Amino acid sequence: MREIYLDNSATTCALPEVVDVIRECLTCKYGNPSSLHQKGLEAEKILRYARSTVAESICAKEKNIVFTASGTEANNLAIQGIARAYVRAGKHLITTSIEHPSVLNTFKALEEEGFDASYLNVNSEGVIDIEDLKAAIRKDTILVSIMYVNNEVGSILPVINIGDILKKSGHKIYFHVDAVQAYGKLPMADLMEYADLVTLSAHKIHGPKGIAALYVSDGTRLKAIIHGGGQERGLRSGTENVPGAAGFAAAIKAINEGDALHLKDLKSMLAKGITDALPNAVINGPIPEEGAPHILNVSFKGIRGEVLLHALEREGIYVSTGSACSSKRQKVSHVLKAMNLSNALCESAIRFSLSVFNDEEDIKYTVDVLKRIVPELMRFSGR
Amino acid sequence: MSNSVILIKYGEIHLKGLNRPFFENMLVKNVKRALTDFGNAEVIKGEGRLYVKGIIPEQIKNALDKLGKVFGIVSMSVAEEIDKDMEAIKAAALKQAKEAYLEGKKTFKVESRRSDKTFPYKSPDISREVGGYILENLQGIKVDVHFPDVTINVEIREKAYVYCDNVLGPGGMPVGTSGKAMLLISGGIDSPVAGYMTAKRGVELSAVHFFSYPYTSQRAKEKVEDLCRILSEYVGRIKTYMVPFTEIQQTIYENCPSDQLTILNRRFMMRIAQRLAQKERCKALVTGESIGQVASQTLDSLSVTQASVDMLVIRPLIAFDKIEIMDLAQKIGTYETSILPYEDCCTLFLPRHPVTKPKLELIERSESKLDIKSLEQQAIDEAEMVIFDSTKRV
Repeated sequence: MREIYLDNSATTCALPEVVDVIRECLTCKYGNPSSLHQKGLEAEKILRYARSTVAESICAKEKNIVFTASGTEANNLAIQGIARAYVRAGKHLITTSIEHPSVLNTFKALEEEGFDASYLNVNSEGVIDIEDLKAAIRKDTILVSIMYVNNEVGSILPVINIGDILKKSGHKIYFHVDAVQAYGKLPMADLMEYADLVTLSAHKIHGPKGIAALYVSDGTRLKAIIHGGGQERGLRSGTENVPGAAGFAAAIKAINEGDALHLKDLKSMLAKGITDALPNAVINGPIPEEGAPHILNVSFKGIRGEVLLHALEREGIYVSTGSACSSKRQKVSHVLKAMNLSNALCESAIRFSLSVFNDEEDIKYTVDVLKRIVPELMRFSGR
Repeated sequence: MSNSVILIKYGEIHLKGLNRPFFENMLVKNVKRALTDFGNAEVIKGEGRLYVKGIIPEQIKNALDKLGKVFGIVSMSVAEEIDKDMEAIKAAALKQAKEAYLEGKKTFKVESRRSDKTFPYKSPDISREVGGYILENLQGIKVDVHFPDVTINVEIREKAYVYCDNVLGPGGMPVGTSGKAMLLISGGIDSPVAGYMTAKRGVELSAVHFFSYPYTSQRAKEKVEDLCRILSEYVGRIKTYMVPFTEIQQTIYENCPSDQLTILNRRFMMRIAQRLAQKERCKALVTGESIGQVASQTLDSLSVTQASVDMLVIRPLIAFDKIEIMDLAQKIGTYETSILPYEDCCTLFLPRHPVTKPKLELIERSESKLDIKSLEQQAIDEAEMVIFDSTKRV
């Protein structure tokens, strides 16, 4: 059966060249960068190359890149790191209500410790109102953490605007951008003028799992949350994940300038195919032309997302849902809820997320399958 | 103790008259099965006891855990096996008394049993001799024949055995001595417990699970597989049928009044289970039903469900409260798996207001609109069979 993977915002398939370098690092160049001998030096070189590749890809310098084990860890390091380093300057933090759980739950944990947090609301397209941000800023605000692209609906947050406002505020407010979903798809260079901290992850761009990076601008102090041998300039102790870093670099090298355009075309095709054929389909979040090029969130009214997901799976198509329903608990997506979508829309939401390895054939097949199974499932939608 | 043996006591089997060898042999088989992982374990049948030899001391605790899941075992003791020599018996008893004393046990008594009547001492004499020896050689310990902190047991059988600890077994009867039954397993808390309780009375189990892909996920099915695996630690091999139920649910949904959906579903499940049970030579169906727990488990509903089959239906939990069932599930180790939040097919196509007092007549009228035979046949034809066996590595 044809396999069409449209869950690339969850994770991606690793590239062959990524796998090759990882194997080489594990089997031949397996030294510990901290070792004094030749093997260690060899590994250190690989790590350095990887670090500079990551840095270059976002117009940063090598010394500003800290490798972590996951995007979640990078977000934790950024947020906790700032909160603990600058607690004397203030205890107020700002974020949005549609962040990834690794940001939201870190905020919640800090609130329990006595920090004060503001969560900015979003409109029905998943975007914040810049005026809300201005109003939320206080004298004791030390950090604003905002995602570049929302992982569920693909809305693009006005990070440059936000950065500009923060720059012009009366005191230093650190700016963290979770760019995990934007990286490789949207331009990063302009953002770097404004952001103090940026989170990137390898496995969303066809690299390996288990490696991510945090950009830390010059002059930004962080308090480490993992202590040990002082690797990564003391910010993230633990033997470096050299194979992961090498794989990360290989994945970055494979990104092409035309990727985003290709994705955008596919997404438009998918959006149009669905809305033309299925009257019960509603696109959630930004209109397809305005959102990130690879994420499309659609509710098929009357069909629970989870049911459609499994029905698609049977046809070889892999997607994800906005909410995980179970008999007793219903976990509706916090993002869709924040966008003020009706329960009916939340429960029937499906996320399609594309990668450069998808082609028009995939999209055509997906639309055809949807045309066939959606009406079928509608027969058994709730009474 | 390099000459440690596990002494297994079994209870009810004694009562079974001429069938006794059959019950004992089954228990031996099940004990051997439980000890598959212990390469050198040797199970020996003695007079009213089983002896397990050849387990290295570090593994004894593990072995006791495994044996704790073998129905028919009343209790287990780790005994020292020695020659039938009074001096050796005294020495072994003193050693164990010392260990107990060091653990803070201040009073003791000796209990003796002599099934080998050629041994020159009678039971009371053995107790007196051994007790006296311990008193002489262990400063501080006292005798208390009524409420001793520790009881030192001496048994004179094929050999002499000395032990003090007694670990309770699960009781019941050896699985395989009471025929076979078909368990309807849903993935919830109740049905695995119902299966456990039935197996405890010596009943071998097969199982049937109904799933409604795409309305239920693959994970829900895997959860049932995990539950079967846990059950198989007690029950042994379990043959499980995974029956696709979507088609049936959809057909009922489209053709019958919505308040009857649940009861109609249940009747389908019972009928299919019965057919599979006949195929597997099962003599009964087992369900986790309990009076009044949900709409489909009122007395009226249970009667209507029951009426769909001729086979005996065992409902071990019928008069249990949910809390009691949950406690049991925790004890047997299925609770954590059962509460994983995946949809099971019973919760789908749920009517808003299910009938609580269904009338058999009306239900049968609804069924007459459906092609029951062919729907059932199709489900059975498409069923997948999986065998769970805790002794087989996956």
